[in-house]
This record gives sequence, C-alpha cells and structure tokens, in this order.
Amino acid sequence: MTASTEVAPAARARPRRSLPPGLLGGLLVLPASAWYLILLVAPLVIVVVMSFGTKSKFGGYEPAFILDNYAQALDPSRISPFVTSLIMAVAGTILCLLAALPIAYFIATRGGRHKSLLILLLIVPFWTSFLIRTYAWLTILGPDGLAGFIGGITGDSSFRILGTPFAVLLGVVYAYLPLMVFPIYVTMERMDRTLIEASKDLGAGRWATFRQITLPITATGLITGSILVFIPLMGEYVVPAILGYGRVFLIGNQLVLQFLESRNWPEGAARAVVLIVIMLVTVVFYVWFVNRGQRTREVSVL
Amino acid sequence: MTAPATPVTRSDVIPNVDVAPGRAKPRGRTWDRLVEGWLRGHTLLIYLFLYFPIVVVVAFSFNATSRRVTQWEGFSLRWYQSVLQDSVIQGALANSFRVALTTAILATLFGTMAALGLQRTPRWFRSIFEALTFVSIIVPEIVIALSTLVFYSTSFDVAHELFGVRFKLGYETIIAAHALFNISLVMLLVRARLSGMDRTHVEASFDLYGTPWRTFWQITFPQLLPAIVAGFLLSFTFSFDDYVITYFVSGAGTTTLPLYVFSTIRKGVTPATNAIAAVMLLITLTVLLVGQFLVWRNARRAGQRGAQASVAGMIAESG
Repeated sequence: MTASTEVAPAARARPRRSLPPGLLGGLLVLPASAWYLILLVAPLVIVVVMSFGTKSKFGGYEPAFILDNYAQALDPSRISPFVTSLIMAVAGTILCLLAALPIAYFIATRGGRHKSLLILLLIVPFWTSFLIRTYAWLTILGPDGLAGFIGGITGDSSFRILGTPFAVLLGVVYAYLPLMVFPIYVTMERMDRTLIEASKDLGAGRWATFRQITLPITATGLITGSILVFIPLMGEYVVPAILGYGRVFLIGNQLVLQFLESRNWPEGAARAVVLIVIMLVTVVFYVWFVNRGQRTREVSVL
Repeated sequence: MTAPATPVTRSDVIPNVDVAPGRAKPRGRTWDRLVEGWLRGHTLLIYLFLYFPIVVVVAFSFNATSRRVTQWEGFSLRWYQSVLQDSVIQGALANSFRVALTTAILATLFGTMAALGLQRTPRWFRSIFEALTFVSIIVPEIVIALSTLVFYSTSFDVAHELFGVRFKLGYETIIAAHALFNISLVMLLVRARLSGMDRTHVEASFDLYGTPWRTFWQITFPQLLPAIVAGFLLSFTFSFDDYVITYFVSGAGTTTLPLYVFSTIRKGVTPATNAIAAVMLLITLTVLLVGQFLVWRNARRAGQRGAQASVAGMIAESG
C-alpha cells in the first residue's frame, strides 16, 4: 500500500498503541466485504450454477449440467419478452436523451444563480417514491383522464392508453429522466467555456458551436446517462406491471412469473444470466468508449 | 487579429469549425431568440411533466368523493383519517420504518467504514472491491432480488439439513438484501468526499501531535459529514420505497408500505390509495428537506458555499 498516493496521513505519523494500518484497513472493510461475498457473489454464483440444472418434481432445483434452460430462454417462440424489453429500453433511452439534453444545456449555460435550485427541483421528484410516481399516471392516463378525453374527441369510447406500450414508455421516461439529466449537466457544467467563445470568435454559428464543441465534449455525459437509464429499463418490472396491466410483458415480468408463481427456477435463472450478459456487454462497451484514447475525462457510472 | 496567426489548438477536439462569415445579423437574432425561447419552453415543460402527476395524486387525496376519484366533490380529510386509522396500513408503515431505519444505519456505518478502510488496503484488494461495488450497482434490481431469494432458500435448506434449524424470510432477510446496494452507495459518496478533501488540516493536526483518533473526529469526520448524512438519507428513502427486492425476500407478516400499496393499486385507483401515496410522498420529502437543512447548517459552520453545500449538489455531482 506504500505505492498508493491515497495513503492516509494516519498511516504516516503513527504514534504508539495504534493498530498497524493494514490491519485497521482490513477491519474497517470487513463488514462491507462480508456483505459483498455473502449477498452478492454467492447469490450470483448460485444462479449461474442453477441455470445449468433441472427442475425437480416439487418445483425446486436438481443439480445437473444441461443447456436446456438456455435453449428454452433463447427459443425464438419464447424470446419475445427479451425483444420487447430491448425495444422499450432503447426507445426509452432515446426519449430520455432528447428530453434531457436541452434542459441540461439550459441549466448549465443559462442557470446562473439558480443552478442549485433548478437541480434540486429535478432531484425532488426523483427522490419521492418510485411506486407512487408510477401510480400517479393511472389517474392521468385512465378513462377519466387523457384516454377519456381523447376518446371523447374522436368518438371512440373504448380508446385506452393504459395497457399499451405507449403508457409503459411514458412511465419509464418519467421515472428515469433525472438520471439522464444529472451526468449530462455535470459534463456541460465542467466544460471549458472559453472553447465556446473561441468558436464564436472564429465566426461559428450557434448550431455549429453546439454540434462541434459542446456535443463532443459532453459525449461522456450522454453515454453515462444512457447507461444509467438503459440498465434499469432492461430489468424494469414495476412500470409494466402497473401501467402495462401485465399486457406489456417484459423480461422483468417474466422473471417474477417464473420465480414467484410458476417456480421454474432453473429456467428463470438462465434468463437472468442472459440479462446479466446483456448488461455486461453494454457496460464493457461503455468503459471502452469512455477510455478510448483517454481523450475525454472519465466520469464514473454513479 | 489575423486568422492565420492564431492556430486552432486542440484541433483533435474541434475538427474544423464551420465558419459562417456571411451570417446576416437580423436573421441571426431572430433565430437566436427562437432558440432561447425553445430552450426555456422545453425546460418549463419538463418541470411541469415532472410535477404534474405528483400534484394530481396529492390534490385528489383531498377529494371528499367516495365514488369516482376524479369527480371533485369538495375538500375533505376523511381519506387521511380512514387511512391513518387502518390497522393494516399502520402495521405496514411501522414495518417500512423498521426496515428502512435499520438498513440506513447499517449501510451508513459499513459504507463509511469501507470508504475509510479502503485507503489502507493493498491495491489488488481495492480493485476487487471496486469491481464488486460496480457489479452491485449495475446488475438490475430484479436480478439481485431473485438471486438473493435463491440464495436464501438454498442456504436455509442447507442449514436445515445440517443443523436442523428452520430460518424464515422476514425482517432480517429484507434488511440484509436492502443493505447491499446501500452500502455501495454510501461508500461511493464518502469516497468521493474523501478524495476531494483538504489534507492541510489533517496534516496540521498531526504536526500539533493530535492522535489519529482525535484527528479523525475533529478534522476528518466533520468534513465527511455531508456525504455521510446524504448517504444515510438516500439509503433510508431507497429502502423505504423499495418494492422489487422486498417483494422477493419478504415473509409472512413483514408487508411493507410499498407492498401494501402495490396490492391495492391492482384493485384500482381510490381516494384512499391517493391519501397513502400522499403520506409516502410527505415522508420521503421530509427526509430530503431535513437532510438538506442538516447539510446546509454544517456547511455554513464550516464556511462552505455553493453546490457542495447541498444534498442535491452531492447527488448531482456523484451522478
């Protein structure tokens, strides 16, 4: 640990009676390490092992080494929840991006003294209950709300929004939008303003400056935001369950069904592993993108 | 200033800027004004979009109607009365508080300890630890939830076979599962604060023969406090609000408020559900405001200003 620049001063000017720094550090990280080992590593390992096993007669698990569960999970006729999830996650991420970019730009460049307040106003809804925020759309989109209104205009009394992919998409954009705004805002806020002035001095128009200066520099923020939104979207359960009435069937819904209702754990485990692999591929791409050529400053995923 | 005399630096960042020398002034100004207007309008719309649903829920929770939720029949607190007197809801609320408070205490303690301890561990250990933190945050909640359930179920079976004891899902299993994500969160917040900390005070303290223990409590801890408070509050609200993990690992009699609300949502929107929703919003908002106040007071004493002095700033910065 001597090679590290992060060595605390406590390790340097150490008076008598104190613990050796290595031991003290070990003791301090012990509870968190135990948590990681027992409640993160062990469960994930068990799920991977289980995904190769078979279902026993009582709905439990029997050890085996077969690939049937993966064949089931990736069977073209049963892959639709994956496809739907992927489409929803990509569409949701793009919508969040389109909604977040102007507002992050506005706060970073026009916020002035009110920057902190404007950010706080974004955090408040994000901080309040996810479940309640999703629930709130039931009234707004329901037959007494927007759906009834549109139905009244078009004369189609059976017009519904709830239970459609549109309702789910709206719900996820609403839920995860702040996660997109924060990283974009942070990169724009830290951006070297003189570059913009230089661009303007050189006669570049507003759009040219935005496209050629602001956008490339904030690319890291855009990608970070997209990852932060894409990952929870892929595994979303609450929004499709509430606003989709279970008719918009995503991987999340399928996993709940397999683990808690039909109790087919090995097959569910295989689906979970596929989901994790999708996440890993996305994140590896992200890390590669952020570190490529070390041109852009690294912004951590959280 | 002649153009060739000022070569474009950082040409790797700025690939040949479009030069528009013939830009007509009046047209440019109208265009500028349009863009300004659009930026403002878009921002305003997003804020409305974010707050409108919350306002709707709170507003209709005061509706006196007992039939259709959206048919306004006058202001009334009757739904709050009936909700707060309902023993099932009281029980769920108490369960939620119990789980969230224990989770937040555990996560804050262990997360802060880990952040401090990691500075003193070998590099290989730190890399593994950081990788696991990353994993705990990027794996979707539903995967964490189902793998935790599988783990509990498997290890309970093993414990039964080996020792003959029967463990059951309950408070402990919920709290342990909630703590995982929140330990990572607190650790990241505290580490971010540690890395940005002013070392001169610590060094001054050692020069003045302060013991590590006293230096920690008098110098380091006060500087870390905003991050620790933010971590505690975030953990509390995340745990208080959690549905997915709790749904998987809760047992009989440990229904939390989100589980209760979810089950009533399935039966449709009622003014009573709106009232519970408003109560939940109130609780999380109070937690946020209290935290904001604590951090702000601490920052004022320490003489800090700006974004750093707010929970909001902390979250946005680490986001």
